[in-house]
Amino acid sequence: MTDSMPTQLPEPASGPRPALHIEGLHKSFGSLEVLRGIDLEVAEHEVVCLIGSSGSGKSTLLRCINLLEPIDAGRIFVEGDEITARGVDVNRIRRRIGIVFQAFNLFPHMSVLDNVTLGPRKARGRKREEAESAATALLERFGLVDKRREFPDRLSGGQQQRVAIVRALAMQPDILLLDEVTSALDPELVAEVLDVIRELAAGGMTMVIATHEMGFARDIANRVCFLDAGRILEQGRPAEIFSAPREARTRQFLQRVIDAGRL
Amino acid sequence: MIALVSTIIVFGVIVISVTNAPNWPAVQKAFFDGAIFARSWPKVLEAFGTNVALFMIAEALTLVLGLILAILRGLPGPVFFPVRLLATIYVDLFRAVPGLLVIYLLGFGIPGLGIAGIPSDVFPYGVLALTLVYSAYVSEVYRAGIESVHWSQEAAARSLGLNRFQALRYVIVPQAVRRVIPPLLNDFIGLQKDTVLVSVLGVVEIFREAQILKSAAFNFTPFLDVALIFIIVTIPLARLTDWLVGRDRGRQAARAR
Repeated sequence: MTDSMPTQLPEPASGPRPALHIEGLHKSFGSLEVLRGIDLEVAEHEVVCLIGSSGSGKSTLLRCINLLEPIDAGRIFVEGDEITARGVDVNRIRRRIGIVFQAFNLFPHMSVLDNVTLGPRKARGRKREEAESAATALLERFGLVDKRREFPDRLSGGQQQRVAIVRALAMQPDILLLDEVTSALDPELVAEVLDVIRELAAGGMTMVIATHEMGFARDIANRVCFLDAGRILEQGRPAEIFSAPREARTRQFLQRVIDAGRL
Repeated sequence: MIALVSTIIVFGVIVISVTNAPNWPAVQKAFFDGAIFARSWPKVLEAFGTNVALFMIAEALTLVLGLILAILRGLPGPVFFPVRLLATIYVDLFRAVPGLLVIYLLGFGIPGLGIAGIPSDVFPYGVLALTLVYSAYVSEVYRAGIESVHWSQEAAARSLGLNRFQALRYVIVPQAVRRVIPPLLNDFIGLQKDTVLVSVLGVVEIFREAQILKSAAFNFTPFLDVALIFIIVTIPLARLTDWLVGRDRGRQAARAR
């Protein structure tokens, strides 16, 4: 990964190495086993959506990939480098993997511009002017440049979440993880955030997206994974999963979603 | 209006009953001598400079030491257990022992060791003792502030590749400090008043000066000078604290809307 301008997305794949490779991932919280052996491979520029009911392990999986949760067993590779090996610098790894949270988690005591430049300046050691011009370009691209001096509590939820996405992009990550990024938004604000994600997908960003927005998953995903009780029970192209799911649990889940009017 | 009337009545009753007490004339002479009050004022005010120096230095040191203690107590994982333990013992110890005793023990104990090169002037020990006692209190205030910042803020900071120290420095502590400014100011009011305890070491600060003036004049009025000076210094700080608390409450209400 070169340190190109953040307005550019990652270069096309140079080799066959997957962007993300997970094998045998287990994670428990106390006696509760949340992930029971996850195997997943994500190719460069691929968009993978994780679907499944609350508690199926989607968010935990994303937090494990970003090393925000220590894992109990298994291995995770990013661009062929094992990030779960002993002695790796977790701070270096996290710079390569962006994550956007359900509740935005913007820093309330900082302006939009400072939120976006904190990572580049402190974790990557960029100079302030350099980081700010790159951040301004990104904010411009996502229609937020006039908000750069505002504080997060002056923005709408949709704007806050877009800033959070820009903050993650400013680190020029190899992979972007999105953890139910529209779940905390008022319905009328969901579209502007989904549009941003669509644009990123069109630009070739490798993404793993946990979502309850089934219509969106069907549109955007190259592949959909259905998580059930800590396992990937079924995966495939969106058309397969949504139209002809093989597993009874998947059918049940989709039926509930349809009944709730969410597909 | 009702508040004003009832206040006047209550204070009126108190003033009348005190001034009609059998020994009021004697007390008035011993405590409320206008001439002595005026004569003592400049001397007491000058001695107050020592108290100001004591609390300015001790407050600055307390702010730093208290924050360090709070961070040490919050370090996670078994590796840091000894550090957490030591910090906890420190806080427990200095909150338990009366400040006067700490001042006494340090001020007479350390010079008594006779180590070459350590100051024989007692002023630094007064500063040190006040700092030790108040940093224990202040570290608890900071710790409450740090714990009040939601863990997702640290997750967001760490997810950008910031290390633990950077996450504290740029994300957690700035938010925590903002939230605890009112209780910090409250502790500083206590610290300012406790500077008079350093008088037991023989430092000529405001209380000591008033004692000297009292002995010279056989009159307690100089202590009223002292009381007035502390009131003048403390009340603006107390109002500032109230104002900050009120402002925060207003902000939270605006956010919850």
